[in-house]
Amino acid sequence: MSEILTKAAARNIFYGGTAFFFIVFVGLVAHSVSTVNDMEKSNPVTPSVAAGKLVWEKHACIDCHTIMGEGAYFAPELGNVWVRYNGREDAAAARDGLKNWIKSQPSGVEGRRQMPHFEISEQELDDLVDFFKWTSEVNTQNWPPKVSG
Amino acid sequence: MKYDSQKVALYYFAGALVLFVAQILFGLVIGTIVVLPNTLSELLPFNIARMIHTNALIVWLLMGFFGASYYLIPEEAETELYSTRLAIVQFWLFLIGAAAAVVGYLFHIHEGREFLEQPLWIKLAIVVVALMFLFNITMTVLKGRKTAITNILLLGLWGIAVFFLFSLYNPANLIMDKIFWWWVVHLWVEGVWELVMASILAFLMIKLTGVDREVVEKWLYVIIGLALFSGILGTGHHYYWIGTPGYWQWIGSVFSTLEVAPFFAMVVFTFMMVWKGGRAHPNKAALLWSLGCSVFAFFGAGVWGFLHTLAPVNYITHGTQITAAHGHLAFYGAYVMINIAIMTYAMPNILKREPYNQLLNMWGFWITSSGVTFMTFALTFAGVVQSHLQRVLGMGFMEVQEQLSLFYWMRLGAGLATFIGVVLIVWSLVVPGKAKQVGRVAAQPAE
Ligand code: HEM
Ligand code: HEM
Ligand SMILES: [Fe+2]
Repeated sequence: MSEILTKAAARNIFYGGTAFFFIVFVGLVAHSVSTVNDMEKSNPVTPSVAAGKLVWEKHACIDCHTIMGEGAYFAPELGNVWVRYNGREDAAAARDGLKNWIKSQPSGVEGRRQMPHFEISEQELDDLVDFFKWTSEVNTQNWPPKVSG
Repeated sequence: MKYDSQKVALYYFAGALVLFVAQILFGLVIGTIVVLPNTLSELLPFNIARMIHTNALIVWLLMGFFGASYYLIPEEAETELYSTRLAIVQFWLFLIGAAAAVVGYLFHIHEGREFLEQPLWIKLAIVVVALMFLFNITMTVLKGRKTAITNILLLGLWGIAVFFLFSLYNPANLIMDKIFWWWVVHLWVEGVWELVMASILAFLMIKLTGVDREVVEKWLYVIIGLALFSGILGTGHHYYWIGTPGYWQWIGSVFSTLEVAPFFAMVVFTFMMVWKGGRAHPNKAALLWSLGCSVFAFFGAGVWGFLHTLAPVNYITHGTQITAAHGHLAFYGAYVMINIAIMTYAMPNILKREPYNQLLNMWGFWITSSGVTFMTFALTFAGVVQSHLQRVLGMGFMEVQEQLSLFYWMRLGAGLATFIGVVLIVWSLVVPGKAKQVGRVAAQPAE
């Protein structure tokens, strides 16, 4: 290798190349961000969606569940839970179903993974459901492949 | 060891080892909750124990990087550290911050994004600690000799701090949140951390094999060039299904496939140096860890990363046990092993033990590595079954999990072996060896 490439050349290629790829990356991310902004026009982050995200974070749901496939793998995917609860056909029933599920935990069933009991107000539960509904409407390139998540 | 201030690294290595043990203990806790779900379900829920497991990992690895820097920078720069006192203050601040975070977690005081669960004030404290550290080492390098190793190490460490700043940005839009969350997580482990890893590895190669610095440093630039040229755009492999445009499937697939190259180059590099160097350094265990590091990183990050990085494959495996399998072997091979390698090299030097509990240390290497490897296989099989049942056949998540319990028991068994190995490693580094070092003054045949 010594003949083809000197140390100084290797260094210069490193710095130049890194700068180049970083700039390309920033450009692409900027473009992606602009598409996200466009998407917000049809699927706005309302105050209740934003509040729902904070409820989600307050209880660290991500450290058991995935959302859009990211998080922990202990409990089901929730990015499409709204669809799984049939929210697209019957929104009122899905909302009640989700809220009641959360309220009824832990199930206490022996040998089954337990979801903890959380102190969540009715308002917070509604915000959380709005957050799930918002998330289910994001264009995820058809992921997950099955509604099972 | 030539400079007195290098000793300060010992604080960091000790702190790191304590947190390493804690990390593994909490790993055992969550591994147990998975197979016996009623364990502790009220007192210590899975999510809390998991954040302690992952946060302890990240913090101890960083602590090890700090220690490694304090050890190798004076030697490379050929000057004492700018301030030993600052380094000690920084250590305690960091350790107390980490302990406060863990205690807080137990009382459910946390934020809610994976790996970034630290409350805001802890995040800010981390920034302060990082600045103290960067100031200290940058001043040291500025007054001393500048080598490629220190340059790249500094670049990597500054990068860690800069990208950590994105953890402070938490927008209400989940997609935006995810896009920039990966600027911390991916651009760390598949970007700037690789610079730190490669420069520590280069330092170890110079010391252990005696190969000429010019050769090592040229390799170093090639390796990190490969790492960043592929790794920056490789971020695209996390932008497939989170509400970002479809072109990322192409960019992510192509560039993250290339991410295998730097890990492969590290294997070639370490073996070539050992083969060319021909120096029989007495610290064989340090060499074992260095070679093990490049090989395990190649398998964990390179092979297991490639396994699920192409968009059509990731469509099926995304967020399954395959991800967990890869996460374990990659973190272990690349960052756990580089840390243990530098500790195994540096701690006997600092403590003037020669050659210390070397055999025990090597037992630790084999047992821990076998444990993590077995764990990775168990999770990989679990992930394949899960992907098929859940993503191809459309079975429900909880139903599928019941099918995986055998694999989870095997993971727990492998975890126990891992734990035993870790105890051996820590023991070998902390407790003086018998007979061998009695009455001997540290005569170091080669650095
Ligand atoms: C006793 C050994 C260990 C056990 C039993 C164990 C167990 C676990 C479990 C159950 C999870 C949660 C997976 C989920 O969300 O469903 C996890 C996550 C994780 N562990 Fe371990 N672990 C062990 C050792 C390690 C080691 C040695 C490392 C690092 C080298 C490590 C790094 C991680 C990481 C990075 C995650 C997050 C994975 C992801 O998000 O994909 N663990 N571990
Ligand atoms: C030492 C370097 C690496 C480490 C420590 C590492 C660690 C991790 C961890 C912990 C995750 C899970 C993140 C989460 O919780 O969502 C992950 C995800 C992933 N990694 Fe790596 N990784 C490394 C290198 C690589 C490389 C080189 C590749 C590709 C060749 C790769 C491909 C992937 C992919 C595709 C995912 C997403 C998995 C999914 O869709 O669920 N990784 N990595
Ligand atoms: Fe990545």
